[in-house]
Amino acid sequence: MSTIVLVLAVLALGAFYLGRNRATALASGTTGGLRGLHSLPGHYGLYTALLCFLPAILLLFVWTLVEPSVITSKVISDLPAETQELGKDRLGLVVNDIRNAVDGNVAPGSLSPEVEAAAAQYQSLRNTSARLRTVFAVALALGGLAFGWRMINPDMRARNRVEGMVTAFLIACSMVAILTTLGIVLSVLFESIRFFQRVPATEFLFGTQWSPQTAIRADQVGSSGAFGAIPLFVGTMLIALIAMCVAAPIGLMSAIYLSEYAPRKVRAFAKPLLEILAGIPTVVYGFFAALTVAPAIRGWGESVGLSVASESALAAGLVMGIMIIPFVSSLSDDVINAVPQAMRDGAYGLGATKSETVKNVIIPAALPGIVGGLLLAVSRAIGETMIVVMAAGLAANLTWNPLEAVTTVTVQIVTLLTGDQEFDSAKTLAAFALGLVLFVVTLVLNVIALHVVRKYREQYE
Amino acid sequence: MNRPDAGKAPIEEVNAPIRESAEDALSARSADIPEKTVGNITHADPVMVCRGVDVFYGDKQAIFGVDLDVGRHQVISMIGPSGCGKSTFLRCLNRMNDTIDIARVNGNIELDGKNIYASDVDVVPLRARVGMVFQKPNPFPKSIYENVAYGPRIHGLAKDKVELEEIVHTSLEKAGLLGEVKDRMDQPGTGLSGGQQQRLCIARAIAVSPEIILMDEPCSALDPIATAKIEDLIDELKQNYTIAIVTHSMQQAARVSQRTAYFHLGYLVEVDETDKIFTNPSHKLTEDYITGRFG
Repeated sequence: MSTIVLVLAVLALGAFYLGRNRATALASGTTGGLRGLHSLPGHYGLYTALLCFLPAILLLFVWTLVEPSVITSKVISDLPAETQELGKDRLGLVVNDIRNAVDGNVAPGSLSPEVEAAAAQYQSLRNTSARLRTVFAVALALGGLAFGWRMINPDMRARNRVEGMVTAFLIACSMVAILTTLGIVLSVLFESIRFFQRVPATEFLFGTQWSPQTAIRADQVGSSGAFGAIPLFVGTMLIALIAMCVAAPIGLMSAIYLSEYAPRKVRAFAKPLLEILAGIPTVVYGFFAALTVAPAIRGWGESVGLSVASESALAAGLVMGIMIIPFVSSLSDDVINAVPQAMRDGAYGLGATKSETVKNVIIPAALPGIVGGLLLAVSRAIGETMIVVMAAGLAANLTWNPLEAVTTVTVQIVTLLTGDQEFDSAKTLAAFALGLVLFVVTLVLNVIALHVVRKYREQYE
Repeated sequence: MNRPDAGKAPIEEVNAPIRESAEDALSARSADIPEKTVGNITHADPVMVCRGVDVFYGDKQAIFGVDLDVGRHQVISMIGPSGCGKSTFLRCLNRMNDTIDIARVNGNIELDGKNIYASDVDVVPLRARVGMVFQKPNPFPKSIYENVAYGPRIHGLAKDKVELEEIVHTSLEKAGLLGEVKDRMDQPGTGLSGGQQQRLCIARAIAVSPEIILMDEPCSALDPIATAKIEDLIDELKQNYTIAIVTHSMQQAARVSQRTAYFHLGYLVEVDETDKIFTNPSHKLTEDYITGRFG
């Protein structure tokens, strides 16, 4: 496979030189020399190379995708009739056996003769396919090369065609990103709809009891499951609130210090340092929260006679707040720096002190941007998973007390989907519904935040 | 968003061609620039007296030993080609250069006999006494009323609301803006036209009752009609205030000022009565500049 790609690349390189040389040769025949060509010789070379390379590589790609299913259906149709009449599931097992035999993943002699025969046939079909693929690909490449070479003439608009192909390629790349996102959203949406067919949306959105364990078999002892997500929403909001209480003031104040007060040298040193905080993996924050902060808070609580859960919302919220500080400070720093120097000059020129300037002029001018930044930070806090998984706990308590254990939407999604699951129970589908809620909330927050930030930017540019 | 210092672009002079070294400057000086400022640097009733003022941006020297008196209740204009240091010098007079990290000022600048660069001088009251109006109108993103009330508020100039309102009204009136804005005092100052914004900035500066108002090319962003209004205003203001104005327009300097100082490459080449400078300049550089041979 890699050999054939290499061969195609070499062919394309050759095509480039052939195309370019032909263009140059044609040009020397015209009156204007190189100016007689519509495009630069290199464009003709690229045009030929692309015609040579792209169709062939596309063929390889499609071939590789289609090959296994074509060969499999052929092998199945050649199996003995009684095997073919097995049910779909058991036929699948036979096919698996054949594939394993082909790949040498089974001990020799452990398979029935008909499977071995089928495996041999599968192997030979695969070899034939590989040979055919090489022949077709090279033929297509050579065909493309010949076609491109023949097409070259001084009036051909090679540059426009090459740029058209490049545009098409770029569009294809961006479509991949867009379609993937769309696919994810749709899959979450459809699974959520399946969930809401079993559990009414009103119960999910307004119920106060969360207990997703359901009995799998009729004779099992188990709860029938309760899917009231309010405790999760409250827990998420509580933790996000604690996080923002930490991150908003500290991040904002440090941004003000860095942009208005810090000498150049301190800024050059402190700003990257603060941004390193953003580079710490969240799982590290997670065990910091679970193993250091939570026990410490519990210890302090006990020493003043409070009962603190060992996995408290406070611990998770504090650590999450620290995680978000660089996010808030970096965004606020940017908007504060975007306030024109003229505003500062105006205030200083009136005899305002630094703090008066910051308080009365800079912060009001930067406020919309700062609010936008804080909203983005909130949406990060809501979507954050690792810290809360490790430090917040699983108990779906409906409480606003930060010293108790709470659980969040993200934690429940993780719990619902880890381990062996059947994908049609309400329990598993609930994860999609939670994901949908999370998605909608963060999407709305981001849209508002971006809108606010953009509106603010128009003010000065 | 990734422009860490975008909003804090240094003032014009930092980017302007500044002499690479003192040695270059000396060679240029021996060629054209006079050893001593030509004309008359002194004034009978000076409010500010500057002697031997040097300004450095980092290693580069932008102003070389300027001696100049600013006379009370008159307008002095500073002219010269771009990058000659006139704005930098103006900003020394209320220590606005302090806001630039790398700027350093040597020499003596006395306001009523007291060196404003002395270690015991606080810039806050100094800037209340020496106000400033900038090239680009820069009203705060607040209401018209709040823009003017800001200075009196931070300096505690008004005992109560009534008095504050009076200060705001008087200042707007002096700036010739009251009639145009008195029905919309609560609307944002940024919504006014460019000329109105600049007069709002002048009103804002007047509101803290300064003795001196520095104006750094106050009309360069305005159309001719707005410019004429500001010039009339400057003419009236000189009854009660001392005004130092930097301008690129020689006609403007001739129209509004009583004395004119010509700067060249960081040196004060000539200073004299405005009539004398524009009719009979003593130095060749001044003559070349005002006759439009360069600049």
